[in-house]
Amino acid sequence: MRAAIKPENDLRLNRRSFLSVSSAAAGGMLVALYLDVSAFALESNQAPQAKVYPPDAFVHVRPDGKIEITVNRLEFGQGVQTALPMILADELDADWSQVIAELAPAADVYKDPVFGIQMVGGSGSIAHSYQQYREVGAKTRAMLIAAAAEKWHVSADQCRTENSVVYGPGNRSARYAELAKDAARKPVPDKVQLKNPSQFRLIGRNIKRLDSRAKCDGSQKFGLDLDLPGMKIAMVVHPPVFGGRVKSFDDKDARALAGVRDVFEIPLAQGTGVAVVADRFWTAKQARDRLKIDWDLSGIEHPDSTQLWTKFKEMVRTPGNVAVTRGDEKALETIPAANRIVAEYEFPFLAHTPMEPLNATVRFEGDHAEAWVPSQFQTLDQVAVAQALGLAPDKVTFHTEFAGGGFGRRAVIDSHIPREAALIAKRHRGTPIKLIWTREDDVRGGYYRPMHAHRVEIGVGRDGMPAAWRHVIVGQSLVAGTPFAAMMIKNGVDQTTVEGTADTNYNVPNFHVSAHNPTLNVPVLWWRSVGNTHTAFVMETLIDELATRAKMDPIAYRRKLLKPEAKKLLAALDLLEQKSGWRTNLPKGRAAGISCHECFDTAVACAVEVSIENKRPKIHRATVAVNCGLAVNPLTVESQFQAGLGFGVTQLMAHGAITFKDGRVEQRNFDGYTPPYIMDAPTTVDVHIVPSNEAPTGCGEPPVPVISPAVVNALSKLTGKRYRSLPLVSV
Amino acid sequence: MLRHRSGLLPFLFIGLLATWMFVGGTFGYGGDVKHAPDSRADGLAAWEQIYSVLTSPRCINCHTATNYPQQGDDRHRHFANVIRGPEGKGVPGLNCLSCHHEANADSTGVPGGPDWHLAPLSMQWQDLNDKPLSSAAVCRSVTDRSKNENMDGPALLKHHQEAELVLWAWNPGVRPDGTARTMPPLTHAQFVTATRIWVQAGTPCPKGK
Amino acid sequence: MANYKLTVNGQHKEVNVDPSTPLLWVLREELKMTGTKYGCGISACGACTVHVDGVATRSCVLPISLVGGPIITIEGVAQDPVGRAVQDAWVDKDVVQCGYCQSGQIMSAVALLKATPKPTDTNIEESMGGNLCRCATYVRIREAIKSASQQLK
Repeated sequence: MRAAIKPENDLRLNRRSFLSVSSAAAGGMLVALYLDVSAFALESNQAPQAKVYPPDAFVHVRPDGKIEITVNRLEFGQGVQTALPMILADELDADWSQVIAELAPAADVYKDPVFGIQMVGGSGSIAHSYQQYREVGAKTRAMLIAAAAEKWHVSADQCRTENSVVYGPGNRSARYAELAKDAARKPVPDKVQLKNPSQFRLIGRNIKRLDSRAKCDGSQKFGLDLDLPGMKIAMVVHPPVFGGRVKSFDDKDARALAGVRDVFEIPLAQGTGVAVVADRFWTAKQARDRLKIDWDLSGIEHPDSTQLWTKFKEMVRTPGNVAVTRGDEKALETIPAANRIVAEYEFPFLAHTPMEPLNATVRFEGDHAEAWVPSQFQTLDQVAVAQALGLAPDKVTFHTEFAGGGFGRRAVIDSHIPREAALIAKRHRGTPIKLIWTREDDVRGGYYRPMHAHRVEIGVGRDGMPAAWRHVIVGQSLVAGTPFAAMMIKNGVDQTTVEGTADTNYNVPNFHVSAHNPTLNVPVLWWRSVGNTHTAFVMETLIDELATRAKMDPIAYRRKLLKPEAKKLLAALDLLEQKSGWRTNLPKGRAAGISCHECFDTAVACAVEVSIENKRPKIHRATVAVNCGLAVNPLTVESQFQAGLGFGVTQLMAHGAITFKDGRVEQRNFDGYTPPYIMDAPTTVDVHIVPSNEAPTGCGEPPVPVISPAVVNALSKLTGKRYRSLPLVSV
Repeated sequence: MLRHRSGLLPFLFIGLLATWMFVGGTFGYGGDVKHAPDSRADGLAAWEQIYSVLTSPRCINCHTATNYPQQGDDRHRHFANVIRGPEGKGVPGLNCLSCHHEANADSTGVPGGPDWHLAPLSMQWQDLNDKPLSSAAVCRSVTDRSKNENMDGPALLKHHQEAELVLWAWNPGVRPDGTARTMPPLTHAQFVTATRIWVQAGTPCPKGK
Repeated sequence: MANYKLTVNGQHKEVNVDPSTPLLWVLREELKMTGTKYGCGISACGACTVHVDGVATRSCVLPISLVGGPIITIEGVAQDPVGRAVQDAWVDKDVVQCGYCQSGQIMSAVALLKATPKPTDTNIEESMGGNLCRCATYVRIREAIKSASQQLK
């Protein structure tokens, strides 16, 4: 990738004041994604320097009393556009009713303090910016107090703050808005005392989302809603097989439509395609449908699901590159065959299909450009747009647009969406080009959660606990061939393939995990909770099977098998046990299923109540216990878990798979690839948070892995069958 | 928007007529003395032709036994959880009319016709596993006036000749990908001719389950 | 191209578009009313739901040439007490996440409550069964519908 390019972002912000804040994790290691910061800082290819956070870049106290807080993340449902302002406003003692939140453009100052690029991923929005936003808030408050103290000729410690007002001795008081101008001239304190949790006024409280009303009355603008003067709509025909190339095309019928402005061949991330530019969406779509394209599909692999499963099943029966080995690998063979379990699992490709179809808008002005993208990877996408246009990255003003979901799909290493938009915009200088991928483009467009096969051999000890565990996983690497490979592939194993298994909290004395990362002609990508989507399913269904075999309660069995160090998960299990008393008193035809899993430093335990209706699992209830450190906004945590469980049901849907035949994707839209509707998701979800003042950890991804194994564990009780192949075509 | 509703009066009229005919003993299947034996054979042969049309996807997809319609030549369950609803017209928020309008919407591939709706459960031509019922069973159902909205032979003929949703089967529009939907195995004219022969033969039904 | 006269949220509008153009794109691109969303284009997700002549209608598959009645969109649904109650309940229950599907969810919920003021869980699942929420905010959608129903009694 573009390791040599270094964007010198000009914020166009007043950099009068600079805060010195050392990077939270320079040289550190993020366990969840196995990325270390120096290597993740792709643009510079060097360890990030100590960061400076000018308060102006994050907070603006307006004369009218409104307090604008800039959010350094994409808002795509996770609630960060409310939670980060809460954190800053709390330390600032701002009047919450006057807080306005804005999404930040791409700029150096808004990079994730841990990852070193501006992004949403790894459930890090709160975890990585909690300290950052507290400090900016506290320092801004200190400057406001300093201004008031000077005005009143008193010392700062004689002043206190509340609801955007500084109070001094006597009956002195001044609103922040009055003080802002003087405060801006005060030096930024190097150090500042942060609140202790008992002083929090917003953090830890149930605060409703700031974006709720606009999202209920149609006024919220998403990337796809952007309307600029003179804007044109672009669509691209992609090759029917990844990497295919246009041999020739006939655009006579397409160009005959009024409102069609351009038709031309463009290079794609894989192969080439044909772009259509028109005045309107419907014109562009009609024109696209009229194109006659002759494709060159020679010399490229034509993936075929049936053949791929055959290949994967062969591979999974051979040892792969070692991810982790503990104890004696041969211990398994010493255990009698009757006490061994052999289990093979299959997981299909999954599409993310966020509700807002993929899009990007770019206007090229020759020596500079502007981009509007609902992006999880702002600074990488900015570089990609710049590169496509032959500009330096600082010549691209990059706006973060609200996104209608993402789930990883808008965090793409090759930035193919904004890159396509930029290539089209390049031919139409001065004209804003909105590239729209239709739903069909999205479903068929690749960047899927990879298909996986697992094979697990377990030797059960006399105590019913696993004494030996040999585990082989087959699945494409998410990062092979990209700059991410250097730090995410270790000993030939993509760490995202084995996360959730290799680092399990279960204590198995003889434990061996290896993996194959075959190369296939299918672009793949992280899908909300990444490797945990399949590893947690395998681990939690097998643990359940072992508990059943040992005739033990599934919670008690897990507790016995967990390492004592797995304190977060143990606390979550304890809370779950307290809150799931309903498990012992279920109506006939219903069963409870249990699972627990820790990922992204958040531990989750889950119980579900399931019956079988119309040959499908009906999830009547879910109870989850969450250990995410301090819950900044418990309402959002609850919401993320209630809905994240439903998202996780995607894996169980009868049509929850992307499949290939002769190189072509067999599904085209939600009729063929069907995410959960209301009746597929749990009817009720009660969420219980383990009380904690530890540093907050993420809640975006951790809900997803637990639901599918819990549901099939319940199904197993109802049917006596074990479910090892997804999607769940039949119960 | 114009929304056709089935007029109640014609049904009442047909109902009265049918009651009169039933009481008068002039209606029945198979046993009508006015028809010669070979006419019954002709009628049964005609029925098999009719049956081939009724069980074609364009017709049978909306004659399910379940709480949902089907779609496509493979007669898969209608996507997006579309259900029958109390009157065979879906439910509020998810009505048939939410997508199916007065006429085929060929630019978007959605079929349409006046008062698009499911046939009543009494007119189910499939079992609960979505398998078409036998020729004998469909015939019994079609001729059972307690199930068929009280239609006698002539009324059935008229229904096949004129009912707008029946006619739609021969004007089914295009699929979302722009290709033409498959039509029933007979032309509409052949279908009407077969129905006429069958009705003239006294709407005989094959024996069997 | 042809001229069409529409009534949208009580206002008269005139557009000149190709007759095959779906209502969704007329609303979004001609009338600049972007609250109604494109999600799938095949009526499988419900994000484009508006009311036409009182019927919850998937505007992505309705060609403008077949539109025959007054249209209510998310921008105008609060003019009606049921619409207002549903929107308020949505905000009160903090339903939205990404929010992209919620215009359609609200339009379907309003149609449900107008016909069935006291919906059961089954009524809710059936009427809302065609509206996808990829964030899967369904638990709160249920709560908000029940809450709006309470408010309206």
